[in-house]
Amino acid sequence: MALPAYATTGQRVGYYSFLTYCGLVFFFLIAPIFIILPLSFSASPFFEFTREFMHFDPEAWSLRWYRQMVGISSIGDTTVVSNKWMLGTRNSFFIGISATLLATVLGTVAALGLSRRNMPFKGTIMAILISPMVVPLIITSAGMFFFYSKIGLTHTYLGLILAHTALGTPFVVITVTATLTGFDTNLIRASHSLGADTLRTFFKVIMPLILPGVISGALFAFITSFDEVVVVMFIGSVEQITIPKQMWAGLRQETSPVILCMATCLVFLSIALLTTVELLRRRSERLRGIKLQN
Amino acid sequence: MNETTVGPILTSDGIPLKVSLQKSERKNKIRAFLLVVPLLFFILFTFLIPIGDMLLRSVDDSYINTVFPKTFEEYKKWDKQDLPSEELYKTMFFEIKEGSGYSIGKATTRMNYAKSGWKSLLKKSKRKFKKIEDGPYKEQMIVIDKRWADMEYWKAIGVMVDPTTAGYYLNAIDLKYNADKEIIRQKENRRIYIKTWIKTFKVSVLVMFFCLILGYPISYLLATLPLKYSNLLMICVLLPFWTSLLVRTVAWMVMLQQKGVFNNLLVMSHIIADENRFQLMYNQTATIIVMTQILLPFMVLPLYSVMKTISPNYMRAALNLGASPLHAFYKVYMPNSIPGVSAGCMLVFILAIGYYITPELVGGKDGQMIGNWIAYHLKTTLNWGLCAALGAILLGVLTVLYWVYNKLVGIENIKLG
Repeated sequence: MALPAYATTGQRVGYYSFLTYCGLVFFFLIAPIFIILPLSFSASPFFEFTREFMHFDPEAWSLRWYRQMVGISSIGDTTVVSNKWMLGTRNSFFIGISATLLATVLGTVAALGLSRRNMPFKGTIMAILISPMVVPLIITSAGMFFFYSKIGLTHTYLGLILAHTALGTPFVVITVTATLTGFDTNLIRASHSLGADTLRTFFKVIMPLILPGVISGALFAFITSFDEVVVVMFIGSVEQITIPKQMWAGLRQETSPVILCMATCLVFLSIALLTTVELLRRRSERLRGIKLQN
Repeated sequence: MNETTVGPILTSDGIPLKVSLQKSERKNKIRAFLLVVPLLFFILFTFLIPIGDMLLRSVDDSYINTVFPKTFEEYKKWDKQDLPSEELYKTMFFEIKEGSGYSIGKATTRMNYAKSGWKSLLKKSKRKFKKIEDGPYKEQMIVIDKRWADMEYWKAIGVMVDPTTAGYYLNAIDLKYNADKEIIRQKENRRIYIKTWIKTFKVSVLVMFFCLILGYPISYLLATLPLKYSNLLMICVLLPFWTSLLVRTVAWMVMLQQKGVFNNLLVMSHIIADENRFQLMYNQTATIIVMTQILLPFMVLPLYSVMKTISPNYMRAALNLGASPLHAFYKVYMPNSIPGVSAGCMLVFILAIGYYITPELVGGKDGQMIGNWIAYHLKTTLNWGLCAALGAILLGVLTVLYWVYNKLVGIENIKLG
C-alpha cells in the first residue's frame, strides 16, 4: 500500500500521519520490553536510570545483579552460593518440560481425532478442550486449590504438572488442528494400500507433515507453563519456587534489580521461541504447498 | 437405459451398501471419538471437576450442620416469638461444651458471617461452659454472657439451618439476609462488590476500546504492506505475545513509577518540575494502560487474519467509481473487517474481565478488579464461600460471552500467530 504518484497534498498528509500513528503503536508495543535490558546492567538498587548511568559512568554499570541471580553473592570474604533464582529456574524447567510432554501427547492425539471428517459433537468437544485457555486463571486456581487439596495433590509436583498440562493443552489442540486442516487424507490411504499399518502410517506419513504444528504447540504449552504464576502460588508449597513466583515475590516485597536480570533472560528466551515458531510456520506452509502471496 | 436395478445395491458380501456404509461410518466415528477421549478425561479430571467443585462450594452450607446437628433439629421447633426454650439452650450448651475446639472454631467463622459477634460469644462460652455441671442451663448461659438472651443471635441461626444457602451470592452483590431471612442491602460502608463489578466491566470495556483504536490501524497496515515488510513488523506484535506477563508488567513498572522513564523524560525536557512528577502507578489508569499493551496482540491477530482476506481490488473499485479514500474505507473496507473486529473485541474483553496479576501489581487500591477480590478471599480472609460465589458469577458472565464468541467466530478459529 504505497501512495500513488498523483496523490494530493491532503492524501500525503493523511498517509504520513497514519504511518506515524502506526509507528507509535508499534513503539508502545515493543519499547517496554526493551527498556529493561540496559537497566539490568545498572549498579543502582532501584529500577531507575540514574544520571551517571546515562553518561556511561563505569561505576554505574555492573554485573552485580547477574552475579546475584546465578547465586554468587559475596558476604564479606566468603562467597555464598545458594539461591532461590536458580532453584526456581530448575523447578520451572522441570515442571514446564514435564507438562509440555504430557500436553503435547494428549493434545496431538485429540487433534487427530478432532480433524477427522466424522467426529461427533465436534463443536462442543472443541469448546470444552479450549476452555482452560479462556477461564480466568484466578478461577482455575481457586477450583484447583479446593479440589486438589481434597485429593492431596496440593504442594506436590504432580499437582503442578497436571495443572499446567491442563492449561497448555488448548494451545497444542489449536495449532495441531490448524496444521491438519490442509492435510491430504489420500496420503494415509496411499500408505495403507502400500501395506503400512496404522502406527507406521502415523510415524512415517502423518507425523513428519504435522511436526511443525506439534512443535509450535509444544512451545506454546511450554511458555504457558513457564510463565504461569497464579496456579503455582495457590496450589504449590512455599518451597516450590518457580521463576515467575520468585519474580512475583520480588515485586511484592523486596523489588530487587535481580528481577530485571531474570526478565532480560526471559526476553531472550521468548525471542528464541518466537523465532523457532516462525521458522516452523513457514516450513509448514511450504510443506503443505501454501504459496506465500506477494 | 433398458436395464433397471431392482432392490438395493449390494456389496460383494451381499449386505446392502447402505447398511455397510453406515456400519463403517459408525466405526469411523467411534475411532475418531476414541482419540479425543484421553484428553477429554484429563480435562474433566484436572480442570472441569475442580471448577464444578468450586461452584458447589458457593452454595454449600452443610459444615455447620455437622457441628450443631441436634441444636439445629431443636431450633426448627422454635416459634421465634420469644426466647427459646430451655431444651434448645441445653442442646446448644452440650454441643458447644463437647464439640472439638477446631470444629467449633471453624463453625464460628461461618456464624460470624450471619451475625458478627457470634465468634467472640462462642469463644467465651466454650471457655466458661466447662465450669457448669448441671442445669438449668438457660439462666447460667445468660449469666455468662448477656448475648445469649439476645433474640437477634438466635434468629441469625435461622439463616444457617439449611444445608445450602444463597447467602454468598447475595454477599457477592452487596445484599444479605437479615435475621428473619429477608433479603436486605448491606450497610453503606460494606457495599463494595457492586462497585467492583461495575469497575471490572468499565476497565474491560475501556481496554477493549483502546485495543481496538490502537490495533485496527496497525492491522490494516500489516495486512496491506508487502509480505517482506509485514513479516518484520509482525514480530513487534508477536514478541510481546511471547514475553512473560510478569516481565511486561515489570517493564511497565520501570516506565511508570515516580522515578521511572516516563517521568524522567518529562522532567529532563522541562515539561514538569522535579517535585510534581505524575503519579502514574498504583491507580486505575495504570491498570488500563498496562492491560491495553498486554492484550493488544489478541486484538491484532484476529483483525489481521480477517483483513488479509479482504481483496485490495474492492478498495480500488470503490476509488475508481469516484469515492474519496475515506468514504471508500468507511463504506467498503470497514464493513468487510467487522468479523475481525467482533472476534478481537470479544477475545480481549473475555481475557480482560478475569485479570488478576496486572491489577494486583500496578493497580493500587483503585485499580482492583473482581479477580483480586477472589484472590483476597481465597488466601487472606479464607471466606471460601464468597470467593466461590464471586468466581461463579464471573464464570457465568464468561460462559455467555464464550458461547457468543463460539457462535460468532467459531472457537476453532482462534489464531495463535
